[in-house]
Amino acid sequence: MRYVDEFRDPDAARRVADAIAATVTRAWTIMEICGGQTHAIVRYGIDRMLPGMLSLVHGPGCPVCVTPPGIIDAACAIASRPEVTLCTFGDMLRVPGHEQSLLAARTGGADVRMVYSPLDAVELARENPEREVVFLAIGFETTAPTSAMAVLQAERKGLANFSLLSSHVLVPPAMRQLLGDPTNRVQGFLAAGHVCAVAGYRDYHAIARQFRIPIVVTGFEPLDILQGILLCVRQLEENRADVENQYRRAVRHDGNRTARAAVGQVFEVQGQAWRGMGRIEDSGLALRSRFARFDAFKRFPEVRVPTERQTPCISGEVLRGVRKPDECPMFGKLCTPEHPLGATMVSSEGACAAYYRYRRAPEAA
Amino acid sequence: MCLAIPGQVLSIDASGTLAREGSVAFAGVTKRISLAFVPDAAIGDFVIVHAGFAIARLDQDEAARTLAMLEAVPPEARA
Repeated sequence: MRYVDEFRDPDAARRVADAIAATVTRAWTIMEICGGQTHAIVRYGIDRMLPGMLSLVHGPGCPVCVTPPGIIDAACAIASRPEVTLCTFGDMLRVPGHEQSLLAARTGGADVRMVYSPLDAVELARENPEREVVFLAIGFETTAPTSAMAVLQAERKGLANFSLLSSHVLVPPAMRQLLGDPTNRVQGFLAAGHVCAVAGYRDYHAIARQFRIPIVVTGFEPLDILQGILLCVRQLEENRADVENQYRRAVRHDGNRTARAAVGQVFEVQGQAWRGMGRIEDSGLALRSRFARFDAFKRFPEVRVPTERQTPCISGEVLRGVRKPDECPMFGKLCTPEHPLGATMVSSEGACAAYYRYRRAPEAA
Repeated sequence: MCLAIPGQVLSIDASGTLAREGSVAFAGVTKRISLAFVPDAAIGDFVIVHAGFAIARLDQDEAARTLAMLEAVPPEARA
């Protein structure tokens, strides 16, 4: 068992797709809320293996994409200070803020670095005591424990020059927001497997009950996604609204207790702005007061996070599953991965970037 | 972003809650990975790795059960 090729067998994929087609008797709309799944669906053409009555819409499943532009503005403002080294994940560098991206700030002279792990930023702070090292921390429940551990390590090492600009978000509140919207057309969810590997899926039972919606915790390989869809359409056809776990090899009901404990120790839940979705109550993580000295918002109190301004980019609607990337007039023309107008075109897990890479019409190529 | 890939634990070097780490082999590459969040992972186990951290130990029996369920999906005529 290598946990990869076994879950990519094309014959098995065909059989599961046929079983889905044999199960579906009317039109259903299912949303995946994980950029990794969006990428796999478009890359492997999973949506094109399904019957026409079944439509997959892509949700706010890419943390880079849902980070509001105001956070980028704040990160650029902090990075422009001469004593600061600002670190973040590679995907964040090209995401446009209102004024500029972190990459543009770096071209303008700011010390902006890409790191693989938040612990790399802690190490940078230890090696460079004369620098203020700030880690722009984004990500879902999957990533929050790695930021929590960075803060705990910085505390243990007694570092006075490390801080976190936290823009972590939580998935279940965004699912509630989508389902509560009067224009919602999502009837079933594929829940993100790696979010649940950390957080578990206890929070989903109440959502499934309240909104009468099936939720299937699903993995990332083509067979995982197809099986998740099969379980979801079986529920829809049988008028059930249960929480099921397709990704059992990695996800336990309570998630990863050690990782959750680290998150609970370092962070508390707060309201949070999402790109294109506005502010969602209890959907973000802020550092607890005990860790205030590692909080970049407190260390640089003059830096403000501006509210989101209107732009021609429709990424808000793409993130809510209201429109598909290729329905945007700027898609592939004025907006490309090299010159992105919005975050969904930047990250490889953004729906627009996935469509650009795998779905461009020949004339636009 | 939540991209996390399976790798096999080759060695576990440090112990203690924060510092537990080890080397993990991915297809062709070996990396130093924090094992702080998988206290039950042992040498030879596969783990899912995200941003330098193992976030879950993969359960071989559950993986086999999932594959058996997929195997049992009958070839059906298309609706």
